[in-house]
Amino acid sequence: MADTNAHGAHKHDVDAVSGVATTGHEWDGIRELNNPLPRWWLWTFYACIVWAVIYWIVYPAWPLVTGYTSGVLGWKSREAIQVQLADLRTQRAAFADKLQAASLEEIEASPELLAFARAQGRAAFGDNCAPCHGAGAAGSRGYPNLNDDDWLWGGSLEQVQQTILHGIRSTDADAHVGDMPAFGRDAMLQRPEIVAAADYVRSLSGLPVPQGVTPDLAKGKDVFEANCAACHGPDGKGNPELGAPNLTDGIWLYGSSRDNVIASVTNGRAGIMPAWAGRLDPTTIKALTVYVHALGGGR
Amino acid sequence: MNMATKVETAVEESIDDVPLYEARRKIYPIAVHGTFRRIKWTLLIVTLGIYYLLPFVRWDRGPNAPSQAVLVDLANGRFYFFFIEIWPQEIYYVTGLLILAALVLFLMNAVAGRVWCGYLCPQTVWTDLFQAIERMVEGDPRQRREKLKNASRGQRAFEAAAKHFLWLMVAWWTGGAWVLYFADAPTLVWQLFTGTAPLVAYAWIGILTFTTYVLAGHMREQVCTYMCPWPRIQAALTDEYAFNVTYRYDRGEPRGSLKKTEALKREGLPAGDCVDCRQCVAACPTGVDIRLGAQLACVQCGLCIDACDTVMAKVGRPAGLIAYDTEMNVERRQQGLPPVTKVLRARTVLYAGLILLVGGIMVASLATRGSEGVAVIHDRNPLFVQLSDGAIRNAYTLRIVNKQPQPRRFAIAVDGVPEARLEIAGGISQAENGQPVVEVGPDQTYELRVLVSTHAKLPAEASLPVTFRITDVAGGETSSAPDHFKGP
Repeated sequence: MADTNAHGAHKHDVDAVSGVATTGHEWDGIRELNNPLPRWWLWTFYACIVWAVIYWIVYPAWPLVTGYTSGVLGWKSREAIQVQLADLRTQRAAFADKLQAASLEEIEASPELLAFARAQGRAAFGDNCAPCHGAGAAGSRGYPNLNDDDWLWGGSLEQVQQTILHGIRSTDADAHVGDMPAFGRDAMLQRPEIVAAADYVRSLSGLPVPQGVTPDLAKGKDVFEANCAACHGPDGKGNPELGAPNLTDGIWLYGSSRDNVIASVTNGRAGIMPAWAGRLDPTTIKALTVYVHALGGGR
Repeated sequence: MNMATKVETAVEESIDDVPLYEARRKIYPIAVHGTFRRIKWTLLIVTLGIYYLLPFVRWDRGPNAPSQAVLVDLANGRFYFFFIEIWPQEIYYVTGLLILAALVLFLMNAVAGRVWCGYLCPQTVWTDLFQAIERMVEGDPRQRREKLKNASRGQRAFEAAAKHFLWLMVAWWTGGAWVLYFADAPTLVWQLFTGTAPLVAYAWIGILTFTTYVLAGHMREQVCTYMCPWPRIQAALTDEYAFNVTYRYDRGEPRGSLKKTEALKREGLPAGDCVDCRQCVAACPTGVDIRLGAQLACVQCGLCIDACDTVMAKVGRPAGLIAYDTEMNVERRQQGLPPVTKVLRARTVLYAGLILLVGGIMVASLATRGSEGVAVIHDRNPLFVQLSDGAIRNAYTLRIVNKQPQPRRFAIAVDGVPEARLEIAGGISQAENGQPVVEVGPDQTYELRVLVSTHAKLPAEASLPVTFRITDVAGGETSSAPDHFKGP
């Protein structure tokens, strides 16, 4: 449709329906109307291009083989986040100071501090404790569930804090240490004695006896009183001073089946929890203590 | 594709190269006097008056709440509008308001064209004000042209400087009023005056000063023709019964000079009332010729009506050559039929009905909403916990809302779990009548962890529906939220 006139300029048709000139572009008879853009729009477009070029120069922009163009401002996202984190710490300082000054009981009794400690504790728990205890602190075999009310080393605020600070069988000098001997492996008890003791222990919490088994509870009681009662107590209710679990309740860290209990007596158990003193600051440990305690099982 | 049937498109003429980009044609409309000009001045004063003064209106909400009638409190997440207080989770009221606004625009268009564009749109109102300032300082277009020829360079520069200074003052005041909606207005005015206001206030005043100055002073009708989507939508919202600013071509054509049309009339030949004085074009703030019919760039402000009526009065012809009229009636008059007015049409009834419906729903829900609320989230991990004595326990996060301006105490209860024991984690609750009670501060949300345990034997794969209920200890108002209790 576009012809060239005598002056070398293109001739353009005007569409009869709209009265608008066409650009000369045509696709299968469909022609493009030329509704011109305002010139200021074009300037805005050029300004955006200029802006982009300036941006390349002052900010990190182009990837190179081993690095990138760093920009004349020297801006780095890592430094920016450091500044933001510092700001965040400043903002939190008022609450963090209160948390540091208050006792654990005062924190739990104040709705404001409790909410702050639980929020901080939840984040710290996710970063440090969740790999073993699970994101919701539900634990798993060998790793205690912190939601329930069964505590090997005590469930008061002070006891929970002590456990977090120094750990269990950790390298810390003040760590909780309690040994469940390997009665079978170290040949302290014979197999029939172990089996009888296991059956007796299971009977304390009323666990069902597997089919085809006739437990010798009298023998088991004798073995228990001679070997186990020192730590677990004559009635089997355990002793949090020694980390000896209550054998009469419904919670079994290593499983409650007959085989599991026999295995525990035969080989002993010695789970390890690291000490967090020195790795986490005291305020964070306080927040963690309150968070764990307020999960619901705290005493 | 069948290439044999090529569609021939009509070609009117061929012209030389047209540029792809269009240079700006500056528009300096003349001042007009008349009914629509008076309506526009009135609306300008009323709308700008509301905008500039509303932040200073006080509304007493008691000691714990701000006393500003209209306030967007971003820091505390509250929106206050006289007796209404909106929380962030009630943002659907804003959605409802936007739907209402859209429907009102539709109804306006179906009844009387671009009422919004012509009289109420901020772009129109501020542009109108800026053009008035321009005419006041530099004179009307005729005086401008004369000054371009005769006035000294110094005088022209002084006038231009004065105009831009006044524009910037208005723009600055516009930005200044805007920030007053986001903080206590008298306090902020004092802070702005003494230089102690927050940086963000100065930044927003700067941004809005700039946008007002650019949009109302420089961009003007370009905003309507190039930036705004509304003119494009409106073509679909009008119809042949809608009143629009209309050139009555049935009466005006064929147009011609006064002398020529009078001569034709004497000879009994057809002659229209339009004397082709182009005052309608000169008065138009977007520079269109209304005689070409309804068009995208026409904001229907009615100023061409005033301009034309003034001329018609001078030449002794009846007013209303340009008037609010319907497409239908212009055609009917051409055919010698009497005009018809039909405001009640399917679309107007539909829009009005929807406005009543949406407005009714909003009013009803605002009137019946409680001043307390509770939401509950079940712990996701673990779903339940077995306690050492064999009991099963579920943990929940409860969020209690107190919308009243004084602290309230709520008793918490749970239904649906046999032999349920309800505890609140931490040492923050008191017990009253065997129920835990918590205090929620004025106008606050309070989140707490609630533990529900039971010794009852639960059915296998248990998931019991439960209901948490909070009760205001003093007033007795209650609110409840459902959830589930899960067991092994």
